[in-house]
Amino acid sequence: MNNLIDIEKKINSELTTKINKTSIKHNQIYVEIDKDDLIDVVLFIKTNKDTKFRQLIDITVVDYPEETQRFKIVYLFLSHEFNHRMILSYSINENELISSLTSVFPSANWMEREVFDMYGVNFKNHPDLRRILTDYGFEGHPLRKDFPLTGHSEVRYSEEKKKVINEPVKLEQNYRNFDYESPWEGTKYIKEISETNDKKN
Amino acid sequence: MTKKIKNLNLNFGPQHPAAHGVLRLILELDGEVVEKADPHIGLLHRGTEKLIENKTYMQAVPYFDRLDYVAPMNQEHAFALAIEKILDIDVPIRAQYIRVMFCEIGRILSHILNVTTQALDVGALTPSLWGFEERETLMTFYERASGSRLHANYFRAGGVHQDLPAGLEKDIAKFCETFPKIINDLENLLTDNRIFKQRNVDIGVVTKDDALDYSFSGVMIRGSGIPWDLRKSQPYDCYDQLDFKIPVGKNGDCYDRYLCRIEEMKESVSIIKQCLARMEKGPIKTFDGKISPPSKAEIKQSMEALIHHFKLFTEGYRVPKDEIYTAVEAPKGEFGVYLISDGSSKPYKCKIRAPGFSHLQSMDYLIKGHMLADVPAVLGSLDIVFGEVDR
Repeated sequence: MNNLIDIEKKINSELTTKINKTSIKHNQIYVEIDKDDLIDVVLFIKTNKDTKFRQLIDITVVDYPEETQRFKIVYLFLSHEFNHRMILSYSINENELISSLTSVFPSANWMEREVFDMYGVNFKNHPDLRRILTDYGFEGHPLRKDFPLTGHSEVRYSEEKKKVINEPVKLEQNYRNFDYESPWEGTKYIKEISETNDKKN
Repeated sequence: MTKKIKNLNLNFGPQHPAAHGVLRLILELDGEVVEKADPHIGLLHRGTEKLIENKTYMQAVPYFDRLDYVAPMNQEHAFALAIEKILDIDVPIRAQYIRVMFCEIGRILSHILNVTTQALDVGALTPSLWGFEERETLMTFYERASGSRLHANYFRAGGVHQDLPAGLEKDIAKFCETFPKIINDLENLLTDNRIFKQRNVDIGVVTKDDALDYSFSGVMIRGSGIPWDLRKSQPYDCYDQLDFKIPVGKNGDCYDRYLCRIEEMKESVSIIKQCLARMEKGPIKTFDGKISPPSKAEIKQSMEALIHHFKLFTEGYRVPKDEIYTAVEAPKGEFGVYLISDGSSKPYKCKIRAPGFSHLQSMDYLIKGHMLADVPAVLGSLDIVFGEVDR
């Protein structure tokens, strides 16, 4: 069993109900599942002798703020034995809790912490879910699409208080983002859209 | 009467010469034995992924230089390959050789830095003095090709930015003749050195299974005896036409990883030589005017070229909707880019998979039960660069 199509068949036949969709593209296999089947599917592809995806490469999230299932959680796997890559994904709502992979792959620990830090997705049964990349005491989840590129607060040393302080970002000039799709209407800034929505309500 | 004994908590870094950057490592010590290590990272976090989402594909390239700043072009390579695969464009053969050659120069740059600073951490000063002289030579090659010693911004989707200047190939060939002697000198100083061996042999041992479970790649997995190198197993650009070997360790300790790195440098020299021998004059980027900018001379002559130039440097090229993961064998391990394009000229999402991130994560597993003095040795052999760990 060394061919991607065979692996796709194998996964589909063994895990029939748990797989929503599979496809092969760019020499990689893309699999879509349901949130609740994660551990079962991962255990299967890790241990089965015909798949042997023994290594978790990365975990990440894609944010689609306009969709109801806002976050798409993506897992990348590598099989050294058969030299194949798999991209496993499922979508969740904003406040849904998902299961942690740390019991199957110890390396998932930091990857999930990063996901939590950057997107605010919560994991159950994670041994140590803390922020990892952002500063101590940071607020917000920077990689969400509605988080502004400039951030909310900036840090400087205050001569009066003799310590480092956080204060709201003051920009001399608005961050300019050119929309090339329709240059006539100007850019739709997420912030402004949400403000007008608030006014309507 | 019983006495209460409390473990000592020690802050290692963020400003410590052996921390290889801004690592804050909180160690729990029982006497001199490390019970627990909790690395705090993110002190060099710059939000690269967020920035890339707001830049066109061409503007995003320089951010990759700033990840692993010891081997900048290897990272650019992963990004360029990802775009090329989505756009489905071919890279001219000369550009492939140039890219592979500079990736191998990057590998040597990174391995020299790692081997010599690891030696420095365990008490040997001379190797770093000798090694850094060679790094300087290599960085002048970077400068002559791209205009910059470190942040090259040289690779493009579809090729490289510009052709090599006259005489550079000859000088690189000359370097390939002299450099093996320097590797020998380094080996004379370190390989059989009693102190170096005492500090590294049987320290930080990684078993095969753990190497897989902890998502290790690169030298970290090869040092444990798993023959896995993306240049061989999933060849990109012209690696499948080149002849090179993959050094594999046996015991998975710091010393084996050092040996792997030394051998890899020798292989890199041989790859560079092969590239130079096979390189012929020719185009260095794709002819597709919608992706690569026209030459200055063309802009003066042709209206079409002028429009292309303007559109490319304002809007940038559009990349069709797709999702892809591409990885290259960077000096530190598997460096990958998970790219989602949405048909516009900016990436919708660009996740960077840095090898150092998972390597550093295993610090607790590697160091548990070792002495405090082994921390720098293990940290050195992990080959951590904070530019890529923190992103």
